[in-house]
Amino acid sequence: MSATLTHPTETVPAPEQPSDNYITRGKGVMSWLLTKDHKRIALLYLMSITAMSLLGGFFAALIRLELITPGGDLLSAESYNKAFTMHGVIMVFFILIPATPAVLGNFLIPIMVGARDLAFPRINLLSWYLYIAGAALALFSMISGGVDTGWTFYTPYSSTYSNSAVMTTALGAFIAGFATILTGLNFIVTVHKMRAPGMTWFRLPLFVWAHYATSLVQILGTPVIAMTLVLVALERALGFSFFNPNNGGDPILFQHLFWFYSHPAVYIMILPAMGVISELVTCFSRKKVFGYSFIAMSSVAIAVFGFVVWGHHLFVSGQSIYAGMVFSILSFMVAIPSAIKVFNWAATMYKGSISYDTPMLYAFGFFGLFLVGGLTGLICASMAIDIHIHDTYFIVAHFHYIMVGGGIMGYMGGLHYWWPKMTGRRYPELAGRLSAVFVFLGFNLTFFPQFLLGYMGMPRRYHAYPEEFQILNVMSSSGAAVLAMGYILPMIYFTWSLFKGKKAPANPYGAKGLEWEIPSPPPTENFTTTPIVTEEAYAYASEDEETHEVKHV
Amino acid sequence: MAKDLQLFPDSAAAGAAGVDANYFFIVAVSVFFAAGISLAILYFALRYKRKSEEMPKPIHGSLILELGWTVIPFLIAMVMFAGGAVVFFRSYNPPPSAMEIFIVGKQWMWKTQHPNGVREINELHVPVNRAIKLTMTTEDVIHSYYIPAFRVKKDVVPGQYSTMWFEPTKVGKYHLFCAEYCGTQHSGMIGSVYVMEEADYEAWLSGSVRGETMQQAGERLFNRLGCATCHKADNTGRGPTLVDVFGQPVKLQSGMSVLADEGYLRESILRPSAKTVAGYTVEMPTFQGQISEEGLLQVIGYIKSLSKAAQPAATPAAKPIETPKPAPTAKKGGN
Amino acid sequence: MSSHALEHGAHPANPNFQHQFEDLQQQYESTTFGMWVFLVQEILFFGALFCAYAVYRAMYPEAYAAASHHLDKILGTANTVVLIASSLTMALAVRCAQLGRNKGILGYLFATFMLGNVFLGVKVIEYSDKYKHHLIPGSSFFMGGPYNEQAQIYFSMYFAMTGMHALHMVIGAGLLIFFMWKAYNNTYSKDYYGPIEIMGLYWHFVDIVWIFLFPMLYLIG
Repeated sequence: MSATLTHPTETVPAPEQPSDNYITRGKGVMSWLLTKDHKRIALLYLMSITAMSLLGGFFAALIRLELITPGGDLLSAESYNKAFTMHGVIMVFFILIPATPAVLGNFLIPIMVGARDLAFPRINLLSWYLYIAGAALALFSMISGGVDTGWTFYTPYSSTYSNSAVMTTALGAFIAGFATILTGLNFIVTVHKMRAPGMTWFRLPLFVWAHYATSLVQILGTPVIAMTLVLVALERALGFSFFNPNNGGDPILFQHLFWFYSHPAVYIMILPAMGVISELVTCFSRKKVFGYSFIAMSSVAIAVFGFVVWGHHLFVSGQSIYAGMVFSILSFMVAIPSAIKVFNWAATMYKGSISYDTPMLYAFGFFGLFLVGGLTGLICASMAIDIHIHDTYFIVAHFHYIMVGGGIMGYMGGLHYWWPKMTGRRYPELAGRLSAVFVFLGFNLTFFPQFLLGYMGMPRRYHAYPEEFQILNVMSSSGAAVLAMGYILPMIYFTWSLFKGKKAPANPYGAKGLEWEIPSPPPTENFTTTPIVTEEAYAYASEDEETHEVKHV
Repeated sequence: MAKDLQLFPDSAAAGAAGVDANYFFIVAVSVFFAAGISLAILYFALRYKRKSEEMPKPIHGSLILELGWTVIPFLIAMVMFAGGAVVFFRSYNPPPSAMEIFIVGKQWMWKTQHPNGVREINELHVPVNRAIKLTMTTEDVIHSYYIPAFRVKKDVVPGQYSTMWFEPTKVGKYHLFCAEYCGTQHSGMIGSVYVMEEADYEAWLSGSVRGETMQQAGERLFNRLGCATCHKADNTGRGPTLVDVFGQPVKLQSGMSVLADEGYLRESILRPSAKTVAGYTVEMPTFQGQISEEGLLQVIGYIKSLSKAAQPAATPAAKPIETPKPAPTAKKGGN
Repeated sequence: MSSHALEHGAHPANPNFQHQFEDLQQQYESTTFGMWVFLVQEILFFGALFCAYAVYRAMYPEAYAAASHHLDKILGTANTVVLIASSLTMALAVRCAQLGRNKGILGYLFATFMLGNVFLGVKVIEYSDKYKHHLIPGSSFFMGGPYNEQAQIYFSMYFAMTGMHALHMVIGAGLLIFFMWKAYNNTYSKDYYGPIEIMGLYWHFVDIVWIFLFPMLYLIG
């Protein structure tokens, strides 16, 4: 199979698309609900995650609307507390953790390693059903009055004092956690055992490396929070004593157990996005990535280091000064592998051949926002400074820059990049570029003022605030409106593209990778014959440096 | 809304400068790197914009560059860590001469107790240029005592005491916030810290309505709850004497030694079996549920007064002893 | 990226072959590896409990010891022996699977199942005994003595740990029934016995967890 290089805006005749592909084979709702095809499961996830993101976004809108004025005049205090809790629970457990792995990872990893499917397709489907069950429980807890503990569920408020739907929410998060564990398990086994002949570890696309590292974190971290939520549930429902100080329990133990997972969880949220960026930068610079093994190894390093820094969430909680020192120094060190990636991506662009397609604009946006998020992480890691900014809007700004500015930009960039492959359709390019710009501008306007608010001392989770904080809050809320547009636009034009979009060829960008050598949309079994891999990843040009002859593969 | 737009907080305590210095340093380094990398990326994006179908030459990597941009950021990060650690270390332990004030948080208010008996709700009056040590706890859930202008914050955790200290340097009124989400009125659990000139502070302290001093209230509780029955001063009771106990190491039944600080005393009152003193059996009943957090602080204040070694810095009101007016509004602890 | 591709070899005729794999060997290796990954996750799952247990034992060693005396060491030891025996029968079942003896698999799985039920039965006896003696943490808890409050922490850990373990045993028992049924239908052969092996891995893991729980809970002081 040869890859033809076409520029997206060139007019080419409508490509031949095989009539039998994974979308057309098997009709009817049941063929989707009982599918074992990783590509269909990816689309099932796409639909559910999109639905949940509307809900999470709705709560974000409520929060930003309330915070336009200093007084608590839009929502009651209790409703506001429930709004930010549900915003956090939905965004963390049902969007950020699954998005890139469950949609893009599920779709691409088997193809990228040259396999017909993941190792365990039925477990993959089970993962999706567990996600749905968890989401249903979260929805149920919303309807039955909501939960107001914050997504962090700190004890003893969550275990003893709160009168809200803690149990159902905790159960929903627990079940969703098992979905991610099973996905991680599937990815690990697939990458270890099902690589096509010639696909060595160091020929894998960096997208796969990123997801492999993510899966390690998912396997090792998620069970801990699962058990922690069980303990909270037992204390709440049966009156057991785990964190109850009246019987000698230690509420800080909850924090340690909670953050032991929840810190690595943020690496679950960012590593896959970084994997996407590796793919985007290479394709749209048309150049082999700079420092392949360093980027690959840095993913693993982030996964490992990510497990030993959780105490930086407890600098103010009363842990010993020496523990604080250890966690602080490790938190500074965990930034280094991420920095290595950014340098390598920039170096990939050096002397590349760069085009500004929508996915690349998302990559640019990622660079800008992740830089800010990552560097402000250094500020948070400093113990002296963190005493001041902990639990303020500085922290809120920091993690939104990384999670949304990094994680969601990666997800959206990847969605745009692989949309033609997944659906066989193209979205309107101008609309795509516009939404990337909206997101970037809206995001900065929303969250940059929050750094200033935080250093000034505005605490987080505040329903009402002192008047002097209003101007920055109004700026932030206006930015949120722009940001919302940046997210709603793609929903519109992606849907439009399914019906009216131009049909996509197998390789619209002239990219390297096994996924671009099969039709768009791919057939159910991915490959008619098992591929044999002979090239390194991102082999955009031949190694022949004596001539500048353009080599088509 | 037509006020001056303030973008940086007041600095009103001695420790603020160190925090801000670290902050500005990291911000400066960050701006430098962010600008540098962004400009590089922008430059590459423009300079190497695609002009033809020609494939660029591949560049695998460069070990020198990789080492360079690993080691240099690492070293810079270590400098940042060191700066923060030094400031934090210095600010961790209060000077022994620090003036003590006691805070009890509860949903959704802050109760301040001065040793001379003055109480405040949601307010804290302190003299300027004195080291102030706060010993704090909560009656219910976790809260956090946050004074942005001083750059200090500490969680208050049920079942434990937390301490923090500061030295205010500027007279004025500053925000006090609860910074750990604690339920419905979390954003209402706010107040003010008043830093006053020494003379004004003394005037305020003696002029404020108050009942007994903490020590007196503690002594009263100590007798009413029956502590005195077993903990006799001459050590002839069933329990060990409490004279000269505070601030000293205590040998436990298990062989381990523990420092008799506020936390130890509190635990011994509520969970006597947790740390049994060597040579004694566990006979002391628990007082869980019979004494409030404020009562505990008062009893501990009394026990501290029995210890010559650990006299807190004389509070201004300790000098002229005034007959405590039986103020009907003063709440008695230990109900 | 690929210069030429392999023709698909004839797929194994075994009806248990799953078509995402290249051959039965890859299927076997993948499912075994998958079970090991799952067990690593289980170690972390129980690990959170072990961590909480350790923290509180370090804080309240006397209370732990006092509360532990209310557990029946005889029953605990008996249960340990039962579980080890069940691991033996499970291992024998795996051996039969490797040799393709479906009737043997069925028999040994059944023995494992019955021993597992004995274990669970003893646990029911122990739990109802705790209930009778007001040792279930909560509002009706009463142990008496100076360590009454901290003992609630101990018993909370006891019920959480043994309860989670028992839940895993129940799941294991259900899986055993499933595999017994499969063996009854002559599913397994020398070429295809992986599922029994991974069942064995799971069962041995649950056994090992108990080997830790028993001394940690029953044999303190």
